[in-house]
Amino acid sequence: MKFPRPAAPDDEDGPRSLVLGQPPQDRPVVIHIRNLKTKFGTKVIHHHLALDVFRGEVMGLVGGSGTGKSVLLRTIIGLIHQKKGVIEVFGQNTDTLNGAARRRLQSRWGVLFQDGALFSSLTVAENIQVPLREHTRLTPRQLDEVAALKVAMVGLPPDAAHKYPSELSGGMRKRAGLARALALDPPLLFLDEPTAGLDPIGAAAFDQLVRDLQRNLGLTVLMVTHDLDSLNAICDRIAVLLDKRVVVGAMPELLEFDHPWVREYFHGPRGRAARSEAV
Amino acid sequence: MSAAERISGDAWCERIQSKGRAIVGVGGRWTVFTLGRLEKPLDAMLGRGQRADAVDLSALEELDTAGAAEILRLAKSLGKGTAVPIENARDTHAHLIDLVARQKVVREKPQGQSWIVAQLTLIGETSIGIALQAANLLAFFGETLVVMGSVLLSPRRLRTKAIANLMEEVWLRALPIVGTLVFLIGVVLAYQGIEQLRRFGAQAFTVDMVGLSVLREIGVLLTAIIVAGRSGSAFTAQIGTMRVNLEVDAMSTMGLHPIEVLVLPRIIALVITMPLLTFFANIMGLLGGALASSIFLDFTLGQYFDRLQEVVDIKHFWVGMVKAPVFAFVIAVVGCYEGLQVSGSAESVGRLTTKAVVESIFLVIILDAAFSILFVSMGI
Repeated sequence: MKFPRPAAPDDEDGPRSLVLGQPPQDRPVVIHIRNLKTKFGTKVIHHHLALDVFRGEVMGLVGGSGTGKSVLLRTIIGLIHQKKGVIEVFGQNTDTLNGAARRRLQSRWGVLFQDGALFSSLTVAENIQVPLREHTRLTPRQLDEVAALKVAMVGLPPDAAHKYPSELSGGMRKRAGLARALALDPPLLFLDEPTAGLDPIGAAAFDQLVRDLQRNLGLTVLMVTHDLDSLNAICDRIAVLLDKRVVVGAMPELLEFDHPWVREYFHGPRGRAARSEAV
Repeated sequence: MSAAERISGDAWCERIQSKGRAIVGVGGRWTVFTLGRLEKPLDAMLGRGQRADAVDLSALEELDTAGAAEILRLAKSLGKGTAVPIENARDTHAHLIDLVARQKVVREKPQGQSWIVAQLTLIGETSIGIALQAANLLAFFGETLVVMGSVLLSPRRLRTKAIANLMEEVWLRALPIVGTLVFLIGVVLAYQGIEQLRRFGAQAFTVDMVGLSVLREIGVLLTAIIVAGRSGSAFTAQIGTMRVNLEVDAMSTMGLHPIEVLVLPRIIALVITMPLLTFFANIMGLLGGALASSIFLDFTLGQYFDRLQEVVDIKHFWVGMVKAPVFAFVIAVVGCYEGLQVSGSAESVGRLTTKAVVESIFLVIILDAAFSILFVSMGI
């Protein structure tokens, strides 16, 4: 077993975030979090949380219910405000940004919410065009072309473009949500439980789609997931939320990490089955 | 080599002659953020029907999928039928162009119709929609009555607790707003009456006018409109949200009849409380009239009510009151019906809530007119 080492010096005592193994340090850091503290009322969700996501990697975010996976994701994209700590995305502190700079940063990331979060009064094509209309000056023809291209890229049939979200199945809604998240070709993608609620075949196909797009477009991906198959199939490294902080490592390193929850999660029957399939 | 035309900005393209070949050079940043400015110059360049032998990407700095699609389109329009070759692309750019080229992009526009056909279709669809809506609403009325009959035969199935809670919501909490509004209308009615009747020296008849109009029409009508806006809409929104959350489906699978559980308590609560609300509204309306009369007519409160008792027969009170439960029934049924029509999206909750309010107020006023004809022909 390798010795865990602290990811960053924290200013107070308490459990530290850990990095197992060797992170891909030759690449630039896309998301940089230090000493993060979030709380709701008196309940502390994250404390001394530190995390680095490097360019071109797929980082999985796992943890038990209520450990704040989605909270962390929402804090990074600015939907929830942290109590303390620094979050930098593309080297820009998300806390101090405002106005035009913030909008520019937002145009460089795409977010896929659970179940797509498509605007129900707009068709799929119009949904994809919302960020384009907001951030670019494309002409109507170009808008149509980009929407049709994205629909094809996420594997939706062409006629889905003019359907409303309520007319689509759950899997198609996720694909449409992904198409909207990719509308501006952002280099960074956030996915919140992308395969939840999909059947195993649909989930595997969606994993493959994310992997293909990630490789082809050179994306950096941070995804919250519960799906061990997804973790195996597409994640380069995994961040486990434990005791209000994270332990980051590749799958083999985490398998050797000694913590009751981690052991149960990765060595439980589902974890074993997913691993044996992957091998 | 001669640069014929060069389109400036973040993204540019130019026409070059090189070794006897016509080449279009492409450079700068071809991304979603820059392409908008490129459309016009590109069209101008292609519009002259000019051909070229290749597209050259050696000066291209940044490319995304939208830019790749645009370059593919450019290559296609420059060639005759088949696309001209794309040359000197960096590996990453070639890879991206290849990825985009592999997509089976089908741009299908929804079919357009001529304006007249569209208008005629709209009229036809709307007419059929109205007829269907009327038929469905009538069917729902019937179904509700059947369920109501069966529940009244075995009263243990009546959800008294739900009814009590709903009564608090639709009656007790509605008292302040109904009272205030009808009181103010009473004041306004009396004041206007006094102003007009004074010209004939008949200002004392204001009491007759206020008494008759409040008791027969204003009290119950205003109450019905407020209740439709306040409680009818709440019924639609509550039941509609339950539909979106699939709670209604869950209920049905457990053997609970949605009409019995959701609709009946609301109808019963409203039918019981609306007459109470109307009675309260009538009192407040008459008090409003009394206030205006005492200020502008120098009537004391005693004189006002003496005159009221003298000239306004009790039957006028009953004419108003008898309409209250009927209006209540219509408002509750329409509200619940529209709530159950919600499907899928949150947007339909809002749309159907609006529809429920408009429909119930429409029906209330139609029914009021029908009552008025009925009472006149009965000589009341």
